[in-house]
Amino acid sequence: MEDIKIKITDRDGVTHEVDAPTDMNMNLMEVVRSYELAPEGTIGICGGMAMCASCQCYVKSAHELPEKSDDEDAMLAEAFNVEDDSRLGCQIHMTEDLDGLEVVLAPEA
Amino acid sequence: MIKTDILIIGAGPTGLFTVFEAGLLKLKCHLIDALPQAGGQCSEIYPKKPIYDIPGFPEVLAGELVDNLMEQIKAFQPGFTLGERAETIEKLEDGTFVVTTNKGTKHQAPIVAIAGGLGSFEPRKPLLENLDKFEDNGVAYIIKDPEVYRDKKVVIAGGGDSALDWSIFLADVASEVTLVHRRNEFRGALDSVEKVQHLKNEGKINLVTPGEIIGLKGGDTLEAVTIRKSGAVSEEIDLAVDNFIPLFGLSPKLGPIADWGLDIEKNAIKVDNTLDYQTNIPGIYAIGDVNTYPGKLKLILCGFHEATLMCQSAYQRIFPDKKYVMKYTTVGGVTGFDGSKKEAPKAVVKAID
Repeated sequence: MEDIKIKITDRDGVTHEVDAPTDMNMNLMEVVRSYELAPEGTIGICGGMAMCASCQCYVKSAHELPEKSDDEDAMLAEAFNVEDDSRLGCQIHMTEDLDGLEVVLAPEA
Repeated sequence: MIKTDILIIGAGPTGLFTVFEAGLLKLKCHLIDALPQAGGQCSEIYPKKPIYDIPGFPEVLAGELVDNLMEQIKAFQPGFTLGERAETIEKLEDGTFVVTTNKGTKHQAPIVAIAGGLGSFEPRKPLLENLDKFEDNGVAYIIKDPEVYRDKKVVIAGGGDSALDWSIFLADVASEVTLVHRRNEFRGALDSVEKVQHLKNEGKINLVTPGEIIGLKGGDTLEAVTIRKSGAVSEEIDLAVDNFIPLFGLSPKLGPIADWGLDIEKNAIKVDNTLDYQTNIPGIYAIGDVNTYPGKLKLILCGFHEATLMCQSAYQRIFPDKKYVMKYTTVGGVTGFDGSKKEAPKAVVKAID
């Protein structure tokens, strides 16, 4: 399986194009952490259980993403800085369909 | 002044297990935690979620793991200062440390073990311009004494269990309760959702959904909030209130520990992982998720290991001249400070005729 390319804009507004493996059961939050695009302790605090919103991001490309689970939907209802294109990075799994995905990390809240 | 041998900051799984390992060495422990109950993240964030990588437990709920740890350490009679955050640390001339909480409780010990996880859990605050000004002047994030709200007009924001439960409770105390949530759906126990529905039908709770509080008004104290009602027609209304209680859950912050003069890297405390998880300040250790070293993994099982080695080092620090070798619990049993003793049953020696 091939790696996919993802564009991630960090909280300082810098855009990084990174390779994300699709065969490691990784989600977007973990990709951000693996490249250290946000300081440890400020992202993925709950470990990926859709329970803290520290990995919130705005999806800027037109990719079709899997529907939000009830947990993700409810968490976004309580999070801050939420926009219509907000998602939790930990709930977006890296698949080949997501090649070229563009996201912006939400501010730390 | 509370005095102990090892003062543990953080009552999560790593902090709790430290009590056991210290107890085997006859060292007493006292724990401080900002949350009102022991267990840390396991109790606060995911008590009903299963964990699959605790050695010997193919599957255990986080809440059950905490219950088991509490049972395991009971005989070592740990002390607890709960609902208070460790604020300052001071080293005395005799080499011991004094840690004072935000409520002024003082603790003294020769050894401090920081098992603070991700930090202390602080309320998540909504992004409102003059929020600071009204804190304690009408705005509160934690309800300490519900009587404060008797016959007051209260607005609560949030969509989780605490927003629901406090709306239900205050419906009988306050003169007016308004619950504002961004969605029509609530993320709480079904029972609570139904109760709020019932109280809404009876006119005891005003429900504003979907809605959001976007402004605070008042002089020295809060007098009104601006609510944006969304939905088919969007409108902004001012609601006269005495109190605003945003209940958006808790998020961990490293907090005052960051100012204790410890080496910090990536929001974690650097420790010596080649030996005993001591920090740059001798006598202060950091164990579990709060520490960092090359190859660090934030796993409960790693915290248990770190706690065990740390206790051996603490013992040698307290008793530099005493000789000691580690003893298996199967051999030595477990002798509690409460006089209890657990040990392996003796084999029966009996001749066969």
